[in-house]
Amino acid sequence: MSAEASNERRRADDERRRADDERRRADDERRRWIGILARAGAAGIEARMADVPPLPPHVRLRGPETGLVMVRGRAGGDGAPFNLGEMTVTRCAVRLENGTVGHAYLAGRDRRGAELAAAMDAALQDPARRPALLAAVVEPLAAEQAKARAVTARKAAATRVRFLAMETTR
Amino acid sequence: MNGLLPGFVDPVADAQSAFRAVLEAMARPGRVQHLPHPPAPPSPLSPAAGAVLLALADAGTPLWLDAGAEAAGWAVFHAGCPLVENPGAAAFALATGAPPALASLDPGTDEEPQRAATLILQVASLAEGRGWHLSGPGIEHEHRLEVQGAPDGFLEAWAANRARFPLGVDVILCAGECVAALPRGVAIREG
Repeated sequence: MSAEASNERRRADDERRRADDERRRADDERRRWIGILARAGAAGIEARMADVPPLPPHVRLRGPETGLVMVRGRAGGDGAPFNLGEMTVTRCAVRLENGTVGHAYLAGRDRRGAELAAAMDAALQDPARRPALLAAVVEPLAAEQAKARAVTARKAAATRVRFLAMETTR
Repeated sequence: MNGLLPGFVDPVADAQSAFRAVLEAMARPGRVQHLPHPPAPPSPLSPAAGAVLLALADAGTPLWLDAGAEAAGWAVFHAGCPLVENPGAAAFALATGAPPALASLDPGTDEEPQRAATLILQVASLAEGRGWHLSGPGIEHEHRLEVQGAPDGFLEAWAANRARFPLGVDVILCAGECVAALPRGVAIREG
């Protein structure tokens, strides 16, 4: 094979890898905001919607509807999977006029929160709206959730007991 | 996923009324049932075919359909059913054009004939009182059903399908907002 052809191929590979990375980054970003919105609840999202332009109109594709999902676990993280129990989940999918679909799955029965989170997800997929929504809604919610998590972690850490004997026998 | 359309307006009640209509149609072969609240599925699916699909298909029923990517995406989103390439592997086959041969669909097994495939066949129109002569279980004397747009050679294929009883394929005919059913035990004579 000529050097030129192999160069050509390398370039195409690079191109493809870049596109894959790009897509993965976009997916990770979306995964993050979907998670933050799912934990926020209707009140949390609504409280921060005042400063941004209203969300585009949407139609409901599915739900909001509440059901149960089976949570599965593994003993020790690597044992045989077992059914831990069912949890209540509310989900919603909405579509904007331009065809963008937004999804939300959240724990609990917050139907209004599920619809708002799905509408937010759809709006956040539009690059023109994204920066304002991220700055006004998603980032403050993320900071708040991180703070709440830190408080819980601190409280839990204060009650931690170190079983030295067990740690050394492991 | 662009252009994804909503399913039933009221998922629980509308699916139940669609299920009831299919049940009535199956119990009274050749009687045309009107669906009260069908969804508005993407073309080329008719409202009746969409309603039957959403009422019957779920994650445990592989679906084969010939209606294109948009309709397939709609069915997968709302019914959650897996898609299959091969009609023989499907629990439901939905045909808007020329359907797969009845003999190529899953006829069930002698132990479990209820596992046979169901063909949802979209036709141009359905009318009672003229056309085919239907007789068999669920029919006291004779029902008449006119089917516009039935595929060529359907009656011969149907006779072969009926000869396999208790195995065989059931057919649900859909036109507009109406359904009629041909359970596998029905005998059809051309009118």
